[in-house]
Amino acid sequence: MQKKKSTFLLTVLCFGMAFLYIPMLMLIVYSFNYSKIVPVWGGFSTRWYTTLFESEEVWDALLLSINIAVVNATFATLLGTLAGLALVRFGRFRGRTLFGGMITAPLVMPEVITGLSLLMLFITMKEFIGWPDKRGFTTITIAHITFSMAYVAIIIQSRLTGMGQDYEEAALDLGAKPLRVLSDITFPLLAPGMVSGWLLAFTLSLDDLVIASFVTGPGANTLPMLIYSRVRLGLRPDINALATIIIVTVAVGVVIAGWLMFRQQKQKDREIQMAAAANK
Amino acid sequence: MAPLTKALDSGEGLGSYQQILVRVQHLLQAKWKTVLVVLPFFWLLLFFLAPFFIILKISVAEPLIASPPFSPLFEWTKDGAMTIRIIFDNYAYLWEDELYANTYISSLKISVISTLLCLLIGYPMAYAIVRASPTAKNILLLMVILPFWTSFLLRVYAWMGLLADQGLINDLLIWLGFIDSPVRLMYSHFAVYVGIVYTYVPFMILPLYANMEKLDLTLHEAAADLGAKPATTFLTVTLPMTWPGIAAGSLLVFIPATGEFIIPDLLGGGNVSMIGRVLFNEFHANHDWPVASAVAIALLILLVVPMMLYQRVQAKETEGS
Amino acid sequence: MPAENQEIQDQPWLDPDAEPFIQIKGVTKQFGDFVAVSSVDLEIFKGELFCLLGGSGCGKSTLLRMLAGFETPTAGSIFIDGVEMGEVPPYERPVNMMFQSYALFPHMDVEKNVAYGLKRDGIDKEEIRLRVAEMLEMVELTDFRKRKPHQLSGGQRQRVALARALVKQPKVLLLDEPLAALDKRLRERTQFELMNIQDRLGVTFVVVTHDQEEAMTLSTRIAVMDVGKFVQIGTPTEIYEYPDNRMVADFIGSINMFEGRVTENGADHIRVRSAEADSEFFIDRGLSIKEGTKVWVAVRPEKIRVSKSSPDNTDENWLRGKVEEIGYLGSLSTYRVRLENGKIVDVTVSNQIRPKDGRHVVYWEDEVYLNWDAGSPVVLTK
Repeated sequence: MQKKKSTFLLTVLCFGMAFLYIPMLMLIVYSFNYSKIVPVWGGFSTRWYTTLFESEEVWDALLLSINIAVVNATFATLLGTLAGLALVRFGRFRGRTLFGGMITAPLVMPEVITGLSLLMLFITMKEFIGWPDKRGFTTITIAHITFSMAYVAIIIQSRLTGMGQDYEEAALDLGAKPLRVLSDITFPLLAPGMVSGWLLAFTLSLDDLVIASFVTGPGANTLPMLIYSRVRLGLRPDINALATIIIVTVAVGVVIAGWLMFRQQKQKDREIQMAAAANK
Repeated sequence: MAPLTKALDSGEGLGSYQQILVRVQHLLQAKWKTVLVVLPFFWLLLFFLAPFFIILKISVAEPLIASPPFSPLFEWTKDGAMTIRIIFDNYAYLWEDELYANTYISSLKISVISTLLCLLIGYPMAYAIVRASPTAKNILLLMVILPFWTSFLLRVYAWMGLLADQGLINDLLIWLGFIDSPVRLMYSHFAVYVGIVYTYVPFMILPLYANMEKLDLTLHEAAADLGAKPATTFLTVTLPMTWPGIAAGSLLVFIPATGEFIIPDLLGGGNVSMIGRVLFNEFHANHDWPVASAVAIALLILLVVPMMLYQRVQAKETEGS
Repeated sequence: MPAENQEIQDQPWLDPDAEPFIQIKGVTKQFGDFVAVSSVDLEIFKGELFCLLGGSGCGKSTLLRMLAGFETPTAGSIFIDGVEMGEVPPYERPVNMMFQSYALFPHMDVEKNVAYGLKRDGIDKEEIRLRVAEMLEMVELTDFRKRKPHQLSGGQRQRVALARALVKQPKVLLLDEPLAALDKRLRERTQFELMNIQDRLGVTFVVVTHDQEEAMTLSTRIAVMDVGKFVQIGTPTEIYEYPDNRMVADFIGSINMFEGRVTENGADHIRVRSAEADSEFFIDRGLSIKEGTKVWVAVRPEKIRVSKSSPDNTDENWLRGKVEEIGYLGSLSTYRVRLENGKIVDVTVSNQIRPKDGRHVVYWEDEVYLNWDAGSPVVLTK
């Protein structure tokens, strides 16, 4: 009975993973297709990579996207961490319910609504205070920070609840003032969460098409906007090449990060075991 | 020396740098919580909450051929009094034009069915991952998260290749002898379902996994020990206990899927009407901002209940542990 | 006379003129509608090892957290060394706490953990180094000073936590379930270490525990807590031998209780008739309880003798029953005896004589007589 159950689960896993990975695999395979018509195999070639690298448009878009992503991730991590702290550690304060609502809502808010409403805000602000006079880098970054900080806040929140209040109380008890506790204990212990928050915010920003399309201005094209403008008219082999580069970069990064974390955990487990064994 | 200290004592040297530093320090020690919370709070008030009031305002304005293309909500008459013009024409228009009503219904239908499909695929996968060995668990989890870190847009694009007339799926079906000539898979409801399920299934798996991992597996053994068959165990123990995970995952798929733009645009084309796409086009192609805003507000009203539900589930999850 | 002086010095709570070191006056703590601590008064003296004992949710931890400054009382006040603590934040209180989880900072090594509190006091580096070294020497962790908390065993972590709290030379050390995370063997050893250190440094300890054995061995005095109130405060002997009420009698150790009514109230004795035991009890102490009052006569299992022959004095303080169960614990044996009317009585007997051929003198189903001294029982009215 146990055996049968695990066979069923194994089958589900295999099909599920195949469903997740075959499309990405095909994307990669066809990037090496000589033929201009994507799904028809015309022999192996790397010519689409050359086309891609020669396109100044692609480089510009990539640069803009990365710039936005870095600034966004940094600010979102800062604001998200503060928000997470406020929600878990500050107890009740005026507007806490509203604050909590505003932190979770962007996670599920349809992008079209966020995009449209932010654009309307920028236009209204320009009308009243003359800023932002030009839409592009700044407006996209602000929009991205607004929804990425919610994700960071969730990560920080769950880490804070997970680690409990003992460390911070111990520091207070030993004579550290609240701000000192924050810098000596809370932030160092939150560091791994903040790193994952930063990476997540960076990725979310690189990935966003809809919101950026709303709040951008003339001339500012992010990478997803460029990809979209090309693929909406049909399949493009150079986009396959771009997709391959992105997928491989992410996969290598995730695998390395995962491996490092795994090794660190294993090392730590070993030390814990040794410490326990030494004190028999 | 003496007059200086006196001045400092009496607070006359308020402008001095040191004085300010001391004051800032005092403020931080006394009100540090307020100082820290003010920044994210006001950011969200300005960039998240305020915009909704603005689109609410624009949705009751008159469309104009101008820049910005809508009538101002407030107008000042010559003697300085303020008049407010509210026009519900845009909402009336949405109500009267069948196109919009049908689009809302079709969006809801598509996202409900997609959510159920995600649950059908995601639930056993999450369960299988929880039951795997610790090493396998880490690798499998990484495999579920990995697509999430790659581009959403490119994952949708991948299906354009697979579903094309000369794409892999048609080739496979012909080779297997099911069909003689390619069938149209692209620009159909089928394509949209595939796209949504494909891109959103990790959002279903992860909350389910997080919920199931906390479950005590000995409960299953206890149920079995007390004579419950596997199916009974599932219905009476597993399912009720994973309910929070099911709720979180389903809402996390359902809400964004309802407003989805990229998938219906790239895979559905003109044949599938979804509200996100209508809004996007109303804005970018027709430049009808008031109607676009009304569409957005109507969509928001549609999603307010599920969004509040999600918030409650989320709050329970973070506070419960 | 000197003997009495010595006694007062060891037991300052007996001296009416002694100045208490910690004073808790009418302290109440409410969380919403829930009353965790309900209007309690307590005085703890310098150099005491005081235990707050009670089950989970009795309010003992909340009281400790109020002493540390993590919670502020809803009503009442707390004085430490004559200073009202009121709104004094934890980082300015002359107390330190050892957490149940130890709460060792995972990103700092042992030395940095111990030095952390001294650094916050702005003490110069050389002195910090010396004091930390001295403290690590005392808890025998000098060789482990560069280790991170996760590289230590449970017992070592416990000692780091103790060193970290003690190095600041607090006036009061608060210990939240200090031994709960250790295994039984280690717990016994650490218990004595803890008492040694306390004795050597003369610091006042306030310990929270749910383990009555731990409280009995460690403390100078114990406060037994239940639903936010103290049910009895006293030395371990007082608590064990003269419990105030049924709750304490039942909570500390095991006890046999017989419900009855006072039939005779003399100046130096008291008689109780118990229908439950179908017997008459004689207690050789005068107690101011009116005749006819409902009381409980409580006898500890180890104060009861078991014999197979009928005792000489067959008027009072004896019972007859059948042995239903025997628990052989090596040094002790426990017998569960069922009286004729069905009432169960527990008896503990120390195994001074090795059983012959592995057979105990008293065996299952044996008819036995139970009796005790007139001074052994406690009479409880509530």
